[in-house]
Amino acid sequence: MDTVTFLGKQLKNPLVLASGILGNNAQILERVHKAGCGLVTLKSIGPAPRDGHNNPTVIDLGCGMINAVGLPTPGYDHMDAEWQALADRDFPVNASIYGGSVEEFVKVAQFVSDQGPDFIEINISCPNSDHHGMLFGVDETAAFAVTNAVKHVISVPLIAKLTPAAPDIGKIAKVCEDAGADAICAINTAGPGMVIDIEARTPVLAFKKGGLSGPMIKPVAVRCVYDIYRAVSIPIIGLGGITTGEDAVEMFMAGATLVGMGSAVRYRGIHVFDQVYRELTDWLTAHHFTRDDIIGAAHDPIAGPDSTAKKSRKTP
Amino acid sequence: MIVDQKPVMLTVAEKTVHTDVYTTLFFDFAIDFRPGQFVMAWLPGIDEKPYSLSYHSPTRFGITIEAKGLFSRRAADLSPGDFVGIRGPFGNGFDIISSPHVAVVAGGCGMAPLAPLVERLHPDLFFVHGARTREFILFPDRFAANRHITTDDGSLGHKGMVTDLLAAEIRRRSDQGAPPFDRVYACGPEVMMHAVFTLCDVQGIPCQVSLERYMRCGFGVCGACVCSDQVVCRDGPVFDSKQLKKMPDFNRTALLKSGHAVPLSDYVTWRCQ
Repeated sequence: MDTVTFLGKQLKNPLVLASGILGNNAQILERVHKAGCGLVTLKSIGPAPRDGHNNPTVIDLGCGMINAVGLPTPGYDHMDAEWQALADRDFPVNASIYGGSVEEFVKVAQFVSDQGPDFIEINISCPNSDHHGMLFGVDETAAFAVTNAVKHVISVPLIAKLTPAAPDIGKIAKVCEDAGADAICAINTAGPGMVIDIEARTPVLAFKKGGLSGPMIKPVAVRCVYDIYRAVSIPIIGLGGITTGEDAVEMFMAGATLVGMGSAVRYRGIHVFDQVYRELTDWLTAHHFTRDDIIGAAHDPIAGPDSTAKKSRKTP
Repeated sequence: MIVDQKPVMLTVAEKTVHTDVYTTLFFDFAIDFRPGQFVMAWLPGIDEKPYSLSYHSPTRFGITIEAKGLFSRRAADLSPGDFVGIRGPFGNGFDIISSPHVAVVAGGCGMAPLAPLVERLHPDLFFVHGARTREFILFPDRFAANRHITTDDGSLGHKGMVTDLLAAEIRRRSDQGAPPFDRVYACGPEVMMHAVFTLCDVQGIPCQVSLERYMRCGFGVCGACVCSDQVVCRDGPVFDSKQLKKMPDFNRTALLKSGHAVPLSDYVTWRCQ
């Protein structure tokens, strides 16, 4: 595979680092890029300094993880050193942002856009705060409002990150597309779920509930991307439980243009990106396919009224 | 065994109160371990924090707590029979060599992760331990190896810095044509570890130091503990001289709980609250 063009930017491959994983400074993002990641994502940036929750915040369950880190952020206007360090970068960066209201999203988006990220991702899907994130991603009116408002104040492509908690994620994706989103990223963590320690007789996470990620949510993620692919014509970053090249193939077949990973770093280390890229390339070679051949390949080409829409799908 | 997923609730088997500030909690549990590795210790309803193992045997391990914050004071107040949730072990641990020409430099409670290492190194090692005052000398009677003590106030041993004694020993070995150190291990305040690293680097002596950063997951995904491009909980906490040279954040920058990168002194002030 050669480089990938995504929303007008060149990526060295179709693999993406999920928001909230490692993305705390410029140097670690560069290392992840060098370890085989085509597009790295900064941890979600919020409107004001925020510590997040007390520990335990992240627990591995073997089949995946549960987390309620709670959107820690230095605050959008306290990251000068990081933006400075990223200014001379030779790799693309996706900046994830969040807010508690449309106004906060707009304030953060406007500022962040001026710092020169390649993309801005609106996190309208985090389950781990009572006042931020997910409420925008489960309501069509709210999703439209925030996407539309942010789109008007930024000068880089806009990605909407969606939650599987939406009753109809395809509808939310379509609303975001109509509001000006250039791509969809799905899914954020699932649930939220809860793990109770029976000896301590209390939930393990300090926030009690938390988002699920990793292999246990892959079928949910694949279904969501499949639904979104049928609903929109903008490209999709598919993620949720991807750990191997074959997982990536499955996500492409559901309709993803790029494939993201997060929890996989727990199971295979930072070099999971190099490894999955190699596994993906090997699979494509063995099957005499290109990546373009398999994007959306799981969709029945003749079924349903939206098959014509698929033919006119914009190239990313 | 390894219990690095959901915490296992272990009961405190024994408690040793060393001084007003240092307490060790022992657990009768067979945990896999290399000196320098740590566990996440959870007090339900309070918090979860990383602690290096300060004692380890096939059937028992211990963590030593310096009571200074909300969590550590509560942990030090626990009694035998009380529950602590344990996840681990995490991190890489020290690289142990069999040479007699090694030095161990401990500062304050940096003694805790080094103690199981000292017990596995050659007994002829050169061993320095510094602290503010004699009350802060941890494990005064634990080791067979001879330990050189330094205190800031001169209340015990040499009045001054651990690096005074390390530098003198390096010089003595060089003057007398004795073999130089093959390795220096250090754990303590980061400014001390940096001084040891710098001193050794000039002499071409490889170091290993154990870094501390605010941690959440313990297994290298959340990014809370990044130090330059290294993830302290998974790539570390032990780093060698070669790695430290490529880590500009060493002795300079650390992240607060919010992820805000601040000068190390500000981080230390926050951690000591």
